[in-house]
Amino acid sequence: MPATPFDLFCFAALPYIAIFLFIVVTIERYRDAPFSYSSLSSQFLENKQHFFALVPFHYGLLTVLVAHFLGLFIPRQVIWWNSVPVRLYVLEITGLMFGLLALIGLIGTILRRLQSDRVRVTTLPTDWIVNGLLMIQFLSGIGVAVFYPWGSTWYASTAVPYLWSLASFTPNLALVSGMPLLVKLHIISAFLLVAVFPFTRLVHVLVMPNQYLWRKPQVVRWYWNRRKIRETA
Amino acid sequence: MDVRAQTSMVFHLDKCIGCHTCSIACKNVWTDRKGTEYMWWNNVETKPGTGYPTQWENQDKYQGGWEVTEGKQLKLKSTSRGKVVANIFHHPHMPSMDDYYEPWTYDYQNLFNAPEGSDQPTARPISMVTGEPINIEAGPNWDDDLGGSPIYAENDVNFEEVTEEQKAQMFAIERLVFFYFPRICNHCLNPACVAACPSGALYKRGEDGIVLVDQKICRAWRSCVAACPYKKTFFNWSTGKAEKCILCYPRLETGQAPACFHSCVGRIRYLGVLLYDASRLEEVAKLPDEELVEGHRSLILDPFDPEVIAAARANGIHDSVIDAAQDSPVYKFVKVWKIALPPHIEYRTLPMLFYVPPMSPVMAQQTDTGIAHTDGDFFHDIENSRVPMKFLAELFGAGHEGKVRYALKKQKAVRWYRRAVTVGDVTMEYAEAMLRAADCTPEEAEKIYHLTAICSFEERFVIPPSHREEAIQMMEDPLEFKQGVGFGFNQGPHRGP
Repeated sequence: MPATPFDLFCFAALPYIAIFLFIVVTIERYRDAPFSYSSLSSQFLENKQHFFALVPFHYGLLTVLVAHFLGLFIPRQVIWWNSVPVRLYVLEITGLMFGLLALIGLIGTILRRLQSDRVRVTTLPTDWIVNGLLMIQFLSGIGVAVFYPWGSTWYASTAVPYLWSLASFTPNLALVSGMPLLVKLHIISAFLLVAVFPFTRLVHVLVMPNQYLWRKPQVVRWYWNRRKIRETA
Repeated sequence: MDVRAQTSMVFHLDKCIGCHTCSIACKNVWTDRKGTEYMWWNNVETKPGTGYPTQWENQDKYQGGWEVTEGKQLKLKSTSRGKVVANIFHHPHMPSMDDYYEPWTYDYQNLFNAPEGSDQPTARPISMVTGEPINIEAGPNWDDDLGGSPIYAENDVNFEEVTEEQKAQMFAIERLVFFYFPRICNHCLNPACVAACPSGALYKRGEDGIVLVDQKICRAWRSCVAACPYKKTFFNWSTGKAEKCILCYPRLETGQAPACFHSCVGRIRYLGVLLYDASRLEEVAKLPDEELVEGHRSLILDPFDPEVIAAARANGIHDSVIDAAQDSPVYKFVKVWKIALPPHIEYRTLPMLFYVPPMSPVMAQQTDTGIAHTDGDFFHDIENSRVPMKFLAELFGAGHEGKVRYALKKQKAVRWYRRAVTVGDVTMEYAEAMLRAADCTPEEAEKIYHLTAICSFEERFVIPPSHREEAIQMMEDPLEFKQGVGFGFNQGPHRGP
């Protein structure tokens, strides 16, 4: 199918715009406004619904994202895994479960944000944009998994080569221009999320506290080198 | 011996009048911003009472502080390397705004702008979070002065080890008693908040021991709020950052006492340097409960000991700070006279704020022939005082009464000694016998009296110079190289943006 101008923009231009914005704005934001890097947690304001919304949302999302990344780096192994029907079903059902978990969590966070006065009052416009894009992303992703089986095979055999073609600056539109609308929507909203990423609270993903796994418990800061300072010149 | 200096504090609870001036001073200086309205870095609680946040001492609920595991490891109760991932999306032990209170103000403009009506306009309470009218349900000191309340005072966590009979006596009419318990961040030697922060945003300053939150690194993971057993790390719900008492370090660095200290009406607060041995921290934090108070005290070093002074100098501590440690009123209360005790030492954070436990009225009646002399049993009224020893022991002795009893006995003996001096209805022999029984001497009693009752501002606050001129940026001489531009620029003065 020949690429329409719409396809050309969304799949050949938008990805690069998105990645460019992501890299440049993220770095500039970290240099100019490091204070603004925060997860902006609202647990303090409303503690009860928070658990039922945030925990399934994050676990669901992270699992599905990890699965997508795995597919990106070992697509052949995914296709090999899927060659046995039972294994394919296990993978697809697990993925769908976590996707649904994420969706339930996301709906929970949005409802909580609308219902709780305290949380609503601290919401920024960009929070709504993120919620909206995530909603599109989750619904389209689950839609692909349900209506266009089998998503993991499609992804590994078609979308992953397309993404790598982007990386080599030779976007292969033939791989995506024939895709159903739901798949295209999923890809487009993914890149939109990448584009808006540094303007929103999503930056908290980049400052995940991995260092806690290995740092020493206590942190002491000295203003001067206490061993050397009393040595006379 | 890794000698370090810490700016430490003593609060004399026998002097606290519960006026809350300290709280207001801190509030107006630091926590009057959006997101901080509910925070009281300094708060004053009524004991018995549930405190702020409600029942903060209930570590079964909040899992604050440290514990020693079966394998003799010191571990945080609320988080760990294993638990940090699970807790990061939703922290199970974090207090929420409902545990503190929803801050409110009053719609004063309504008094001027209300439309014509049949009743008087009022200034309705409106929430400082949502801006909507609220029903006021709680405040930061909602149980202020309510010793004896069946809702608040009876639910004081420290009553768990007190017998029903003793508890009933505290609540009986005409025997009601309460005292005030002002609290700030203890700037602990083994802070749980620092150890809990996944990003490492919290740190302890090496030069003076003040614990701070790096606002540029804090990512609102909220572990510190849960981990602090005293609940003195707060979450700014507007900026999404953790904040806490900073011991007014900008004031300390310019030689002024912290705002709450300076404004204290009862003059209960003392500030001074303590030299401590940082190499023994873990060993002390792992001691069994009954040895913790003495262990903590043993960390504090004698600033007159030449070995300690040499080790301090080797560690970069300036002579002026060692001088301040020698003059320190905190050292006297904690180490020399032993009448100031750390709060809830069983949390194992090794707090550097010490309390002189309050005396309370006696249970027994006075005889009408005057003061009852009971031979040999000088301190019966301490044993019979309205606040049970066990309750004070829960607060200041990790449940063990010995250290609290010692502190109260000595205070009592000093009072009787001074009574012998100024009133004379007690003989000096009797007073001196009391002093001996309280492990005190007339000379020591005079010093305690002076520092408790008639000391000057400068004697109460012995602030060491902070030597900011020795800080890193000062060590790089701005005039050392040609074309140097000096210091103080956040961005170099180059052309263009």
